Amino acid sequence: MKEEFKVISKFIEERSRVLDIGCGDGILMEYLSKNKVVDVRGLEISKEKVKKCLSKGLAVIEGDAENDLKQFPDLSFDYVILSQTLQAFMSPEKVIENLLRVGKKVIVTIPNFGHWKVRLDLLLKGEMPVTKNLPYQWYNTPNLHMCTIQDFYNFCNNKGINIYKTISLNGEKISNISNSNLKYKNLISELGIFLLEK
Amino acid sequence: MSNLNKMKSILIEKTLKLDCGKEISNFPLAYETYGNLNEKKDNAILIFHALTGDQYASGINPITKKEGWWNYAVGPGKSFDTDKFFVICANVIGGCMGSYGPGTIDPLTNKPIGTNFPVITINDMVNAQYNLLDYFKIEKLFAVAGGSMGGMQVLQFVSNFPNKARVALPIACTASHSAQNIAFNELGRQAIMSDSNWKEGLYDEKSTNPDKGLAVARMAAHITYLSKQGLQEKFGRNLQERSDLKFGFDADFQIESYLRYQGSVFVDRFDANSYLYITRAMDYFDLTKQFNGNLSKAFKDTKTKFFIISFTSDWLYPTSENKDIVIALNAIGADVGFVEIKTDKGHDSFLLDVPDFLSTIKNYLNTTYSNINERRI
Repeated sequence: MKEEFKVISKFIEERSRVLDIGCGDGILMEYLSKNKVVDVRGLEISKEKVKKCLSKGLAVIEGDAENDLKQFPDLSFDYVILSQTLQAFMSPEKVIENLLRVGKKVIVTIPNFGHWKVRLDLLLKGEMPVTKNLPYQWYNTPNLHMCTIQDFYNFCNNKGINIYKTISLNGEKISNISNSNLKYKNLISELGIFLLEK
Repeated sequence: MSNLNKMKSILIEKTLKLDCGKEISNFPLAYETYGNLNEKKDNAILIFHALTGDQYASGINPITKKEGWWNYAVGPGKSFDTDKFFVICANVIGGCMGSYGPGTIDPLTNKPIGTNFPVITINDMVNAQYNLLDYFKIEKLFAVAGGSMGGMQVLQFVSNFPNKARVALPIACTASHSAQNIAFNELGRQAIMSDSNWKEGLYDEKSTNPDKGLAVARMAAHITYLSKQGLQEKFGRNLQERSDLKFGFDADFQIESYLRYQGSVFVDRFDANSYLYITRAMDYFDLTKQFNGNLSKAFKDTKTKFFIISFTSDWLYPTSENKDIVIALNAIGADVGFVEIKTDKGHDSFLLDVPDFLSTIKNYLNTTYSNINERRI
């Protein structure tokens, strides 16, 4: 399982209700339901992936966060997870608002556009960056709203969203991000994992 | 008719109070089973049939000699794997395959009950079939499943008996029959009732049945089960065994011939009055209204795990109506999965060979069954 999922699952307390948005093949859901006593649900846009999840008996519904989150009542989950999909929404701002409405705590992972390789690509080559975590060309990328860890930090502060914890992932290296090392971590992290609260 | 004698049936002695206010008792409910009930009695699946179905879901129907209506899905190694599960399927009350219905002979007159049969509802059908759990001494079903009207019965069953099934599979259905669907059903009923042989529903000899009306009803309904694209691809404007138009009203086009055939074979196996009663039951189905406009309340006590399936080309029970059920379940935090299967086979998709649909159900049921067993150990 991806390091990212290991970090996410550590955030999640036993006997909680979890909603995994963009749950993909359901790998994290499966891990959570096998290793923790949790009640986990998924939302996924791809029919193929939904079928895979349902084939594993997982409670996944076909839908997308921009249209289908409204059916979940306020604070109906202890945790809502959004792994590496925020940048693909038409309106990430509204999605985050909805996540914080549905979940008591929200876990958001973002591919960090502030990583030095990304910065270097643009600086030296003058081309849109293509990396392991961001493998698309500018003309076919589903990522409409890329941001950096610093950007997301600023966003949360401006919106009055409480950042509980931030984890940096660089390859398999896991470290904490704090106000004091933010600039540096924004340069070396491939992923930023945020635990948020309203 | 020797096959009729082999038909399995239970006699329901206790009184069933129908939604119309009338009471019935000592009535037959015909059923069939596939596979074996295990010792723990935890592997039973109750399957509900749709408008024109019957208890013969799998294998060869002994009466019609044709494949059972859900032969693609029910059988050894199939979606509802009868090597593993014990599948029960009953003919609904109001039906015409051995269960209490308008075709049942009234011992007082020695004639079919006809339109003296009480109007029944989906709720009545489900309550009658619940007796099968007592009969087989099954404390809790593993699953209830069905498509179209069968799906409506699934919803009603879970609502009536919130802890009697671990899994519910309502397929291509609705919680509230739409105006469009009522309209199509009314068209079918009018076709039957306009046939001079119908005689206010009191026809009683095979030769004077309202076959023409029933055939037209079936033809009209059959169109609604298919998609425009599916019809176009299968028939297009192809001519039927002729190279040119005949400038008359014979079946020039293959689609005409096909529909006529569908109508003609249907009258051999279905009773016109049953068609009236069962379509009426579908029209009256409004689970949302039963719970004062809040569908979520229908499921508020359930721990049942739901898996809802719709089809992209189904315009009779469209995805939006299936999604309304998903939304109602999510509103109360019920365990629900949902997928819309891509196919051009229309509403009929659930009865046909749609591999994605069949394999997803199979995997879902098998995994869920083993998960439940693991947790119990």
